[in-house]
Amino acid sequence: MSSLRISGGTIYDPANGVEGHVGDIWIVDGQVVEAPAEPDASADRTLDATGLVVMPGGIDMHCHIAGPKVNTARKMVPDDKRKAEPVRRTLLTRSGSGGSVPSTFATGYLYAGLGYTTAFDAAVPPLAARHAHEELQDTPVIDKGFYVLMGNNHYVMKQLAAGEPGRLKAYIAWLLQSTKGYAAKLVNPGGVEVWKSGGGNVHGIDETVDHFNVTPRQIIRGVASAVGELGLPHPVHIHCNNLGLPGNHATTMETMKSLEGHRGHLTHIQFHSYDGDPDDQSTFGSRVPELSEYVNSHENLTIDVGQVMFGNTISMTGDGPLGYYLHQITGRKWFSGDTEMEAGCGIVPIVYKQKSLVHALQWAIGLEWYLLVDDPWRIAMSTDHPNGGSFLAYPEIISLLMDRERRREVLAGAPAAVSDRCTLRDLDREYSLNEIAIITRAAPARMLGLAHKGHLGPGADGDVTLYSPDDDIQRMFELPRYVVSRGEVIVDDAQIVRDTRGRTLHVEPDYDPDAVDDIQEWFEKTYSIQFRNYPVEDHYLQDPLVVPTV
Amino acid sequence: MSATDAATEPSPGLRVVRDATCTFCGCVCDDMELTVEGNHITKAKNACVLGKAWFFNHHIEDRPEALIDGQPAGYDQAMDRAAEILLSARFPLTYGLSDTTTEAQRVALAITDWIGGIVDTTTSVCHGPSGIAFQSVGEVTCSLGEVKNRADYVIFWGGNPAESHPRHFTKYSLMPKGEFVPNGRKDRTAVLIDVRKTKSAKAVDHFLRVKPRRDFELAWALRALARGVELDPSIEETTGIPLETLEEIMDGMKKAKFGVILFGMGLTMTRGKHFNSEAVLALARDMNEHTRWSAKPMRGHGNVTGADNVVSWSTGYPFGVHLGSGFPRFNPGEFTASDVLARGEADAALIIASDPMSNFSQPARDHLEGIPSVVLDPKLSDTARIASVAITTSTYGINTGGTVYRMDDVPIPLRPAFDSPYKSDLEILRGIESRIRQRQLSGSLPDPAASGV
Repeated sequence: MSSLRISGGTIYDPANGVEGHVGDIWIVDGQVVEAPAEPDASADRTLDATGLVVMPGGIDMHCHIAGPKVNTARKMVPDDKRKAEPVRRTLLTRSGSGGSVPSTFATGYLYAGLGYTTAFDAAVPPLAARHAHEELQDTPVIDKGFYVLMGNNHYVMKQLAAGEPGRLKAYIAWLLQSTKGYAAKLVNPGGVEVWKSGGGNVHGIDETVDHFNVTPRQIIRGVASAVGELGLPHPVHIHCNNLGLPGNHATTMETMKSLEGHRGHLTHIQFHSYDGDPDDQSTFGSRVPELSEYVNSHENLTIDVGQVMFGNTISMTGDGPLGYYLHQITGRKWFSGDTEMEAGCGIVPIVYKQKSLVHALQWAIGLEWYLLVDDPWRIAMSTDHPNGGSFLAYPEIISLLMDRERRREVLAGAPAAVSDRCTLRDLDREYSLNEIAIITRAAPARMLGLAHKGHLGPGADGDVTLYSPDDDIQRMFELPRYVVSRGEVIVDDAQIVRDTRGRTLHVEPDYDPDAVDDIQEWFEKTYSIQFRNYPVEDHYLQDPLVVPTV
Repeated sequence: MSATDAATEPSPGLRVVRDATCTFCGCVCDDMELTVEGNHITKAKNACVLGKAWFFNHHIEDRPEALIDGQPAGYDQAMDRAAEILLSARFPLTYGLSDTTTEAQRVALAITDWIGGIVDTTTSVCHGPSGIAFQSVGEVTCSLGEVKNRADYVIFWGGNPAESHPRHFTKYSLMPKGEFVPNGRKDRTAVLIDVRKTKSAKAVDHFLRVKPRRDFELAWALRALARGVELDPSIEETTGIPLETLEEIMDGMKKAKFGVILFGMGLTMTRGKHFNSEAVLALARDMNEHTRWSAKPMRGHGNVTGADNVVSWSTGYPFGVHLGSGFPRFNPGEFTASDVLARGEADAALIIASDPMSNFSQPARDHLEGIPSVVLDPKLSDTARIASVAITTSTYGINTGGTVYRMDDVPIPLRPAFDSPYKSDLEILRGIESRIRQRQLSGSLPDPAASGV
């Protein structure tokens, strides 16, 4: 039994209604426990947190950190990596490369250094699940998992077209078990299949997908409903159709409506909130006010933002036709990878420029989302790392949210037309520390159904971040004083002092075993590997934890 | 570790291992049905001629666990000596890795990182140029099941799959009936581009005999036609192929629903090297303005694709990575094994599942022979013969489990047929790593990173 006492810190634990109270946190064997009743109780180790801000460890609910597209992106940009600050080997820790797509070891250490202790990769093709798990095993410190791509899966579309909701539900459960994944992810539902089958895309949620006689609306509603019936801890995670296109707000609004009251999480919604004519970038503008009003009035919806930050990055997506679109508008090198029966992938390096009207609007539209969603429990911080920018930009985003003058300074350096086409200049709201604690840890934990994360009450994982208060908010969040994972001090004054492996989080929803025969028959006709070699075995998981269905 | 799904019986009996995987070539066929009698595989249903040779010729040889300076030694002694060699080196090289599991590759990466060495794989001498081309132009590609289910136009370029990847035609690219090509071969047009008429020519509809070392010009001619640029008929003198033929091919390529170019080392290792790969990758990319096209290198070794992946996720770069400064640096030509050896730079080597003494240049071999080396191999290869420490390991896929990545990056588990008395690469590498870490963490050694090599 090992114990840690974090003593006298100013605690922000919004899930338990604690806002800036001075107190102690006790962690025994990796879990938060009630403070002992006896006043002279002592712990194996005590951290003096006097004057420090104490929060649960951060949770990144939508990033791209493992699996084939991430690794392909790494291989693709040696130029970016050569210029970036590397992560140096120490006596205790492995080395790595940085930049927009850090190597696996670097990813774990950089998240930990930022006070984040949990992260989920948002888009893994099932056929590559084994690969994603291998990378996650080599991603130290943080707890992790991934979402499984399903929105262009042939079996999913066939069951929807055939009106077989039972088979659909069983397949989703079987697929999550086979991949050891965490949640169901839709990426441009139906559109990727259209791209794979001869080029093109769908342009709205009521277009029919070639060969499958099904619409994106049916896919969204059908999967949302099945996920709800299975009681998965996280609802369907949706990357809408028409990402990035001017005028796509209408698709986004229709997508929210298509859920018909089912729970749904709309991801990187910044990229889906645009006004304008799809064929004319110069008409680009924001439609966040009306979309956020819809989110505010519909409790079944949660979102993460996908904030764009200025600089060099790389776009990587399961949205194959989007990759082609980005290649066409940027003229830069392009990777596309189609996975049989399941998914697509597009990767293109990209530079977001403050002087570009479109890019500056994307930046402003992301901030509008943070500032126009009333309930912080339904919005999570993300850059869609690395698509909008690196996760390393989170401290900068926090400072923008907490300081309206800083926002206005950036806006002053952007094209003047930005302020005519969005409401950012007029938004005075400033986030409090408590609200920051919500959107970076408590809310994502709740959206993910992780009862043991995102808070500091008894039973919670002993994942804690301690910050030194600083007038420079960005610096405060960039350099936590201590980071604790499962009761062990991992980061002390910007140094990794202990290397741990983290855990794999996954789900095991029940399904009717009789449903497998039909899946197997289809699989054996179509795939290029053997059915028995598809499911991921337990030994690929790092200290696994099954998160229960509800 | 053993993932044998039917238990090994104490007395030699008959067992069948289904859905086993052949790791001989990059096809990584996982539909083997192996009949095992004692320590022999007697039948290998579904295996091609190369696979059968791989399975049937595998015998447990009566060799010592290890040889230290040519003298028989036990594993512990060998791992001790290996750790000592690697820790004493100032510029150690790790090389090979393409014929072992990703699990073992990951530990090899860890060792190289801890000791601050160079890590390189056989990619640098096969499809390395394709990796470099990928970094300049990207790649439009797909899994082999996409080829099977959709491809109605298939171009093989600079390769002879009939002999190098015998089941590629039947399992993935030509013969199979697929979801959108229900009549299999009849629904596909196949083209072979090569400098000579190999056995593969029989399997295709059009054989284009390109003049030797003119692949680059041919790829650009096709790119020009794809863009609608008029070409001079003298293109025939340059490439060896008449303009009308090229126009006919391009017409077919544009009319296809889903085309794929599968290219081999005849493209990457001839004049032009990565420029050739770049031109072909760009051609496949450009064709997407008309319809869907993909390109894919035909990788050779069983798990060379896994090696690319492991080196990439561990360091950020695919091969030829220098870790001596305490962080990864990438520079093909500077940090690739054959170059490092030929320049006489490395002062120790860890060679895993590879035989550079049989295929590197003379200066590289001369240098490798003169430095302390640790070699892990199931056979007494030319490289094992000159090793300071030669460690006998079991064979992946036949005796040990683990993971192998097919040429299209699909990870596939192994189902070994029977146990070997020898330890796996993974076990040996872990033993070496733990010895190195013990010494480093006990403080008896300076951190090599601190010395600023």
